[in-house]
Amino acid sequence: MHTVLRSASKTVVIGSDQPFCVIGERINPTGRRIFQDQLRAGDLSRIEVDVAEQVAGGAMVLDVNMGVPLVDEADLLARAVRLVQGMTDLPLCIDSSVVEALDAGLAAYEGKALVNSVTAEDERLQAILPLVKRYGAAVVALPNDEEEIPEDPARRLELARKVVDVATGRYGIAIEDIVIDPLAMPVGADTSLVMKTLETIALIKDELGVNMTLGASNVSFGMPQRHALGAAFLPMAMSAGLTSAIMDARTPQIVDAVKAADLLLGNDEWGASWISMFRARQGP
Amino acid sequence: MTPEEILKGLYDQTLVGNAPAVLDLTNAGLDAGMTPETLLFDALIPSLEEVGARFERGDFFVPEMLIAGRAMAGALERLRPLLAETGVATLGTFVMGTVKGDVHDIGKNLVNIMLEGAGFHVIDLGVQVSPEKFVDAIREHKPDIVGFSAFLTTTMPMFKANINALVKAGLRDQVIVMVGGAPVTQEYADAVGADGYAADASTAVKKAKDLMQRRRVMAGT
Repeated sequence: MHTVLRSASKTVVIGSDQPFCVIGERINPTGRRIFQDQLRAGDLSRIEVDVAEQVAGGAMVLDVNMGVPLVDEADLLARAVRLVQGMTDLPLCIDSSVVEALDAGLAAYEGKALVNSVTAEDERLQAILPLVKRYGAAVVALPNDEEEIPEDPARRLELARKVVDVATGRYGIAIEDIVIDPLAMPVGADTSLVMKTLETIALIKDELGVNMTLGASNVSFGMPQRHALGAAFLPMAMSAGLTSAIMDARTPQIVDAVKAADLLLGNDEWGASWISMFRARQGP
Repeated sequence: MTPEEILKGLYDQTLVGNAPAVLDLTNAGLDAGMTPETLLFDALIPSLEEVGARFERGDFFVPEMLIAGRAMAGALERLRPLLAETGVATLGTFVMGTVKGDVHDIGKNLVNIMLEGAGFHVIDLGVQVSPEKFVDAIREHKPDIVGFSAFLTTTMPMFKANINALVKAGLRDQVIVMVGGAPVTQEYADAVGADGYAADASTAVKKAKDLMQRRRVMAGT
């Protein structure tokens, strides 16, 4: 199963026989006070630094989220998408919970984007899937509904299946363009939560065989040494069947762990990427 | 054990989240004739305040806050009926819920634990709480504070919808409104007409106490 994303000039393929798809999470104002103030004032200059750092760190796709309260998020997201596409040829993940903002971001985007995200709520499915279809995009789907964010892997599978059924059956979206988010939860809140995520990944891989991505930094929330936790979690999740993550792409410790797992799990033939990464760091 | 040793033990064991020890020491204190108020105000609450301060400084982490809160809750369960008998009210009643359209609850639950630990009586309405449900709960429980939690920029507008519902029900002046959640900011809280906002659980407790105090002063009591 291959999920293909494109910018104007570059193609990225997500799949279990591909190197793990690193989606940089950084272009997101949540929890960034200064960035929020800048965006509210219409100043998007900080995005340039975020793009450069993530590209240098090894991001293959960039998530773009402009979720600042009290702004015209649609306008801001469209501007950010154009700006980022002017700086890098990496495909983008257009991230908003506001339908109009997704629409504007997709309209501004050149290529085939990943939409972040839809849930299994009927209202969200009806609002977002037509956009995904219209723009020929791929979509991240979260297995939560109107009632709950289920903990039980079987229930998450059920909701993932619902999204797949509705998206393919009712909206004619190809199954390979649906990327399920198996839901990463903070291990600090409850140490059994990550095991549930890993079980969900394995279950969805077996039952649906679709690509999966998740917000990897959620796992280490509220804990010390977040980088070490990220670097341990991602290879475990990859081993269970995760094919992508929206993650910290600026921290070598975490990206290296992913690249190492690519090699160890047989997705880096002859270790070519691993070796060339080493050489690049050695310098000329 | 002397009363001083019991208080010190309670403080230290709450700080490290040793729930069995905290309950034992609470019982030991009561057996030794110490009042529930003394145990609460001279050991348990100061300890949990220290937990909050350490969390804010980055010296304590989420699990440590959770276990300290749980240890405190165990002691409170033992003390609450006694405190009610002696007429010592709780710090205040807090009705809490995640707004309609939103099912995220980890942050809200963390705030609940810290509020309970600080001495608030918390009534948690869960997730997907509609404005009508908030109104009904406020009528029923007559809380001092109501808290709205939202995790998404799309569900944050429910703060305003909830506040409008309170105004319409004639309840807005009777209850302090606090809001919070990952994307929420002070500016947003001000814009929707909330009384308070806090960025994390420990600040939320401080803010809640502060708002209660201010209201008391304004009411001249």
